[in-house]
Amino acid sequence: MTADRLDLARRTRRAITAVALALLPAMLVAPPATASTDDATCQPDADTACVAGMVLNEDNDQVGGVDLTVTGEGFTADLVTTDERPVAVAVPDVGRYVVAIDASTLPDDQPLPEGAETEIEVVAQTGATARAAFRVGAGVEAPAAPSETAEDGETAGAGTTGGDDGVGAAPEGDASLVDVNWGQVWQQMGSGLRFGLLLALASIGLNLVFGTTGLSNFAHGEQFALGAALGFITVNQMGMPLWLGGIVTIAVCGLSGYAQDAGIWRPLRKRNVPVMQLMIVSIGLSITLQYVIQLLIGGGSERILSSNPRPLTIAGVTLSAASWISMVVALVCVLGIAWFLTRTRIGRATRAVSDNPALASATGIDPDKIIRIVWVMATGFAALAGLMWGASFGSFNWQLGVQLLLLMFAAVTLGGLGTALGAFVGSLLIGQVVELSNLFIPSDLRYASALVILILVLLFRPQGILGRRERIG
Amino acid sequence: MDEFLRILTQSLGEILAPTTAAMAIAAIGLNLHFGYTGLLNMGQAGFMLLGAYGFGITLTLGGPIWLAFLIAVAAGVMFALLLGMPTLQLRGDYLAIVTISAAEIVRWFGRSTLWQEWTGGASGLQGRYFKDPFHALSFLPEGRFALGPFEYINTGSDSWFTRIFAWGLVALLLLFVWLITRSPWGRVLKGIREDEDAVRALGKNVYSYKLQALVIGGAIGALGGVVYAIPTAISPDAMGGRTMTFFVWTILLLGGAATVFGPVLGSMIFFTAYMFMRTGMRTLSEDTALGNFISTTQVEFIGGMLVGITLMCLVIFRPQGILGNKKELAFNVR
Repeated sequence: MTADRLDLARRTRRAITAVALALLPAMLVAPPATASTDDATCQPDADTACVAGMVLNEDNDQVGGVDLTVTGEGFTADLVTTDERPVAVAVPDVGRYVVAIDASTLPDDQPLPEGAETEIEVVAQTGATARAAFRVGAGVEAPAAPSETAEDGETAGAGTTGGDDGVGAAPEGDASLVDVNWGQVWQQMGSGLRFGLLLALASIGLNLVFGTTGLSNFAHGEQFALGAALGFITVNQMGMPLWLGGIVTIAVCGLSGYAQDAGIWRPLRKRNVPVMQLMIVSIGLSITLQYVIQLLIGGGSERILSSNPRPLTIAGVTLSAASWISMVVALVCVLGIAWFLTRTRIGRATRAVSDNPALASATGIDPDKIIRIVWVMATGFAALAGLMWGASFGSFNWQLGVQLLLLMFAAVTLGGLGTALGAFVGSLLIGQVVELSNLFIPSDLRYASALVILILVLLFRPQGILGRRERIG
Repeated sequence: MDEFLRILTQSLGEILAPTTAAMAIAAIGLNLHFGYTGLLNMGQAGFMLLGAYGFGITLTLGGPIWLAFLIAVAAGVMFALLLGMPTLQLRGDYLAIVTISAAEIVRWFGRSTLWQEWTGGASGLQGRYFKDPFHALSFLPEGRFALGPFEYINTGSDSWFTRIFAWGLVALLLLFVWLITRSPWGRVLKGIREDEDAVRALGKNVYSYKLQALVIGGAIGALGGVVYAIPTAISPDAMGGRTMTFFVWTILLLGGAATVFGPVLGSMIFFTAYMFMRTGMRTLSEDTALGNFISTTQVEFIGGMLVGITLMCLVIFRPQGILGNKKELAFNVR
């Protein structure tokens, strides 16, 4: 009787939440007319990079008739803004461009704010439009003015860089408003496979750590971003070849995993600190690492490979050569991890510790040694994944970590928390969902689809595809 | 010396700043989640941002101010229900995973071009859209007022009225939390935190109590977002980011979880120390040779790093914070 009632209550809840979630995409598919983001003068595709500029007044309306100049990579173009949509120009090479505004062509009642920048630097990438937005008008506060009131809010400075060069924006592929055809679906599935393989390489580590220690490591996303950041420093700034930079990056990040376990996690395990407290410690660690990454690479978008990506078409899917190589490396690594876990002594011991640490240590396995190896593996592979991500996805910034953390959690929950194979399957599925959803919803929201999946999985099959019931508590 | 006094005054000004009150309110909400019920809500910034949007958008569209507050609270309640219903029957870390993700997604929606005409996109909603109806509530006369070295205008963005309103709300919420946590309802929450099965054995619906705690704490968090936005602006990146959530956590654990005054004390100490450290380092960087090594932007990053390290050290060495009781925080996640 009680069981029936509980079941009914649970089903009702599921239905309510599912309806709420189902409404979400409906709201997304019908964007208001003003959100139209296509720039008629330049349509970005796999070989074309666009730079767009717009001038916004204080009501967020576009101001027309203003002269803009795009310069960079030996290329110059003059644009005149319209009051309907951003003006865009196709640029010959990817890289950094400066969009400058001619303040004398602004309307008299819409002056540039006192102290505002007249130039905005953007990073152009193939398949995307890099946007520079200038904000004008009397009511607009001058951004970044060093006043007392700007002290405790990070709000200042958001004014002039409202375009894509702002923090955290995913490149706008703007496929959302194009008619969907099968070729595009196939291409997106190829991108999804790339996404999924790189995600798998990172999330297997997350799942191994969870399996052996019970800790949901919130700092894992930062380990991923650290890989990309160190890759940028070694390859782009210090000029190392990619393979050498990669080895240095992986070594440094693997060491960071070793040091973390030796300095933080093992002493805390010895003190029997509850897992919940460990999670909060991992959050403190993630915020620390995030600022370390900001110290290393600054606040802007960076690229690991500065040269123009070379497109390569395999089976009708066009991706950059670096992407194809990354996919192969990721697949080899994932297979290697699978071999390690099933065929080697240490790998089997790892799975034994995952299943039952007490029993494992009774059979002569040293759980601390195994956990140490797992930490080094997890951080090392996360760094490799981050590095390859940076090399194949164009530019990245310091927010990469939190974006990927979310997707990794969605992937491991979908596949089954604590199982290595589950992380692989879940990641491949999440990769497909994210890239295919790109066809229907604006690309700066494509990661949101991962959360919808996360909630649906928790509602209907909380143990995930391959997980076991007892783990979810 | 003058310089030092200036930095000190500026830092002490943070004790009563509206932002301090706003973060204290958010921490009071989180205290109900984590301190009293043992729920790991890692997305308090999402609640705050939603509350601020609910408030700001209602006023921008011309709604009355009581409706704006109501919608802000309703936004927090809806968000809590959406996140709590699928996760609260599972082990604690699922709630953490879902809330940290959802808060990030609220921020992406906020800065997306999709609903730009309401949310203002990445640059957010500026204060002048919603400040006037709030300032119209002021009962203070025109002019300025000085209390020792702290002089502000009576009514305006960074004003005495904003401070009175913010701290008045803090006092009300403290009274509310004090009353409900010493009621039978509050004792059930603490029971859930200590031993869920024992509470279940008494015939209580643990899931329902957890959901109620999540909803009430989330609504309080949404109010914190409103108070945070009133003196400045609604900016998705400054307010909705993960950093904001972690600052709230640091404040709560610093003051002491599961205590009534912990969040307020934590917020005052946190912001005073944070401001002192940043302005101090910035002045050193501008005026001394230290500037050759550390630029003023790097000071911000170093400040953030120190917050992260503080959070780690607090959990490791003093999980009960300043006011808390160590025995009360020895519970484990379920």
